[in-house]
This record gives sequence, C-alpha cells and structure tokens, in this order.
Amino acid sequence: MRSSDVAVMAAGSTATAVDVVGATKIFTVAKGAQVIALDTIDLSVAPGEFVSLIGPSGCGKSTLLRLIADLDQPTTGSVTVFGKSARQARVDQDYGIAFQQAGLLPWRTVAGNIELPLELHGTGKTARKARAAELLELVGLTDFADRYPEQLSGGMQQRVAIARSLAESPKLLLMDEPFGALDEMTRERMQNELVRICAETGAAVVFVTHSIPEAVFLSDRVVVMSPRPGRIVDVIPVALGAAEDRDDDLREAVGFFAAVSAVREALHGTPAGGAAGASAARGVETR
Amino acid sequence: MRTSTSRTRAILAPVIFGLAVLVIWQVAVVVLGIKPYVLPSPINIGGQFTKAFDTVWAGTRVTGFNALIGLILGAVTGIIAAIISALARVFDEIGLPVITAASVVPIVALAPVLYTMFGAGAETARQLIAALAVFIPVYVNSLRGLRQVKPVHRDLMRAYAVSSWQVTRTVTLPGAVPFIFTGLRIASSLAVISALIAEYFGGPIDGLAKSITSAASYSNYTLAYAFVLGAILLGLVFYMVTLALEKLATRHRPSLS
Repeated sequence: MRSSDVAVMAAGSTATAVDVVGATKIFTVAKGAQVIALDTIDLSVAPGEFVSLIGPSGCGKSTLLRLIADLDQPTTGSVTVFGKSARQARVDQDYGIAFQQAGLLPWRTVAGNIELPLELHGTGKTARKARAAELLELVGLTDFADRYPEQLSGGMQQRVAIARSLAESPKLLLMDEPFGALDEMTRERMQNELVRICAETGAAVVFVTHSIPEAVFLSDRVVVMSPRPGRIVDVIPVALGAAEDRDDDLREAVGFFAAVSAVREALHGTPAGGAAGASAARGVETR
Repeated sequence: MRTSTSRTRAILAPVIFGLAVLVIWQVAVVVLGIKPYVLPSPINIGGQFTKAFDTVWAGTRVTGFNALIGLILGAVTGIIAAIISALARVFDEIGLPVITAASVVPIVALAPVLYTMFGAGAETARQLIAALAVFIPVYVNSLRGLRQVKPVHRDLMRAYAVSSWQVTRTVTLPGAVPFIFTGLRIASSLAVISALIAEYFGGPIDGLAKSITSAASYSNYTLAYAFVLGAILLGLVFYMVTLALEKLATRHRPSLS
C-alpha cells in the first residue's frame, strides 16, 4: 500500500483534493525532439493536507503543479481536482495559485491586487473591500493597503501574492516556489506564516520547492522526485505536529533533522550519515 | 542631493547652450551686417512676435486645433486597431503589410487629393492628414506593448479562467500604457508637423504655414520668422503635454529602460 493511500484514508474523506493518475507529460522541443517531463505520475492529496514536491531542477515538479492547475494538459493520464476534471476545477475557481514571482499588477495598489480575482469574478465592491481588509490583516500588511507594489520589499510582495491566492477562500492552494526568491530570514518567517494561514483556512496545499528544510517544516508529506524522466521516487510522511506547535524551535528539534535526513536520502539514494553529508546538495538546497 | 544637482545640470546645460546660440546669432547678424531677408536677428524676431502676437496666436489656434483633432482621432483609432490586432490573429496578419505600406507613404502627399475630396474651404483634409500620420506610430507602439504580457500574468489570468476581453482590460491594456504613451509622444510632434505642412498644399488661408508663406511673399521675413517661432512653440506644447501625461500615467511603475 502506497503511503499516499494511507494519508487519504487517514483523512477519512471520500473526495480527494487532488488525484493524479498515470499522468505523463511529453514536451516536443526543437527539431521534433521529445522530452519526457513527467513519466506516469500517481499522486493523491487529501483535503486539508500539505504536500510538498521536491527534487532537482528539471524533475518536473513545476510541470506537475501546472497540470493540477490546468495551465498545461497531461499527454496521457488524468488529473482530478475535487472529483472533477482539472479544467472544470479551474473554471469553477476551486484553487488559488501563487508563483515564484509575485506577479502583482504594478498599476494597482496592494488592496487592488488582492481584490483582483474577486473583481474579475464579479464580487461586489463592498464585499471585495471587506475581504481585502481581512486578508491584509492575515498577512500583516494592513498599513500597506494603499501602497503600490514597487514600494514594497520582495517578501511583502510575496505576502500580497499569497493573500491574493487566498481571496476566494479556495480549498486548494497551489504554490510554485513562492519563497524561492526570498532571503533566508524572510523565507523562514514566511514559512511560519504559511503554516499559520493553512491552519486557519484549512486548505489543502501542493507546494513546489527545492529546499529540503522548507519542505520538511511545512509538509504533512514530502514527495521526492527525480529528473529525466520526471518520476516520483519516494513519498515521505513528515507531519511534525500541529500548526500551533510548529515554530522556530521545531527547526532545531531532533525530529526535524531526522526528517531532513530521510528526504535527503531519498533524493540522493544514499544514507545521510556523517560521511554522506559531503554528497548532499546536488542540485538541491540543503540549507 | 546628487540627483537634484544632476537634475539642475540637466536643465541648465541645454538652457545655457540655447542662450549661447541666440547670442552668437545676434552678434553674427549685427557684426557681419546680415540683411533681414537673409536672416533676421533673434531680437527682431522676438520684437515682431510680440508686436504681431494676436495674428500669430490666431494662426497657432487654427493649426493647433487641426493637430489636436488629428492627434485624438489618430490615437483613438490606432489604439483600437492595435487592440483588435492583439486579440485576433487574422487582423494582425492583414494589418501588418497594410501598416508597413502605409508607413512608407509620405502622408502629406495625399493633401491635394484630400482637399479635392473634402473641399478646399474645410479644415477636414488637414485634420485627416494629421490623424493618418499619428495613427502609425500609435498603432505600432501600442501593439508592441500589448504583446508584452509577462508569463506570470498570463498564467494568473488563465488560472482565473476569465474572458480574453477581461484579460485585455485588466492586464494587457494597462501593461501597454507606457508603450502607448511612447507612441503618443512621437505622434504629438508628427500631428503638429503634418497639420502644418498640409497647409502648404491648399485649403483655407488661416493656419500658421499659410501665414508663413504669405508673410514671405510680402517680403516680411521677420514676420515669417515670428510665425515659425509660433510653430515651434506649438510643437513644444504638444510634446510637453503628452510627456506630462505619460509621467502621470506611469508614475507607479519601474522605468521602462
């Protein structure tokens, strides 16, 4: 029995948040050459579960996320989101999404950016304003509502992007290396905030990263992928405790290091003992 | 403080240079005894400009109004055509060769034909010539801007599952604003130049260019230069107003360069 099946059963739910079955993605590049970005991927994510996708560059983790978001379509296989096709889920706005670049609209204020999806989907002005105020409070940017993105730091912009992804209270969050461009300190603070936000909203999350500690700190399960062709090599259950217990102390706890070692072993296929430390970090950040 | 010094310098340098040119011009005319019909001195031109200000102003108003109508007409149609081209590939494929052909046509060459078409007593021909001249840079720059959508914004809009018109309205068009204004800035001078040159080919006898011709034909060269000064000022006003609008519209963005 695969560990993903266990997680789904543990969650005790009939409809999974995400169900990827035998998904393969082949890109045709120049001169008709083909690249297998993803090779028969199976993955289930339970409602409210936090799953990280980790692996070196080119392992297809972002592609897998794009398939779930229906930004790309699988060559073969199927992607189901809350029991419907990925396309239908996108049309129904069942997920919120955040990318490595914040992707804010520079001509809109912070509040205007957060309201964007609500505005596009026809939410009234008063309701929009109220929701934006709520989200600004959640990401701690209430004082910056009327600022423009260029006046904000990278970390603040990313917080706005996360608030925007939460605007329509989605039950699924798709995040493609949202903290990838941030400095280490900002990054850890953002991780703490994300854990809190997820606990408050109860959303399932699929989180793409290439940082092992980040994956371990945030996730219920870490999906380890390998490149050429993109495959899932291992799924490691982490779940280091309830959200309210996950603070900076956890980053120094024994369980945390054990999980980091386990993910590292899965990534490199070697025991992460003292000697193996040197071989760590091949295309993957271990900080 | 450094920026304010460099800004002062950026303003001061051309002003000093301009004044120096005027001084040299004045001295040269006086010292070399250049006849006014060859080249009047700046002081004489300035004097004539103040003396005949009402006439110059009347001419400037006519030419300026033609240029403004042309600028608005050409800009609106240029932007709309660019939006249609950006949305529908077919129009883009039809549009490109037409625009390339149109950009080669010396538009003022159409003036005599247009005067016949709309009657020599109307300003319509002049306004249309200005509009045609404006259309091309506005269209080309707007279309370029409309194609500059960032991949992250495209993904975001696809994730939002909105119509292509909504994408245009919320992302593509606002994103193209700096490019549209670059086109408008080029077009603003073109509008004045075209409206002015069109007057040389016929039509009513009230614009700046007509006044320059008639002043010259009466051997009143200083007055002719006073009208030229009016034309220069008109061109500057058009340019500066569009520049100010551009700065206003793009004040929250990182610079394009």
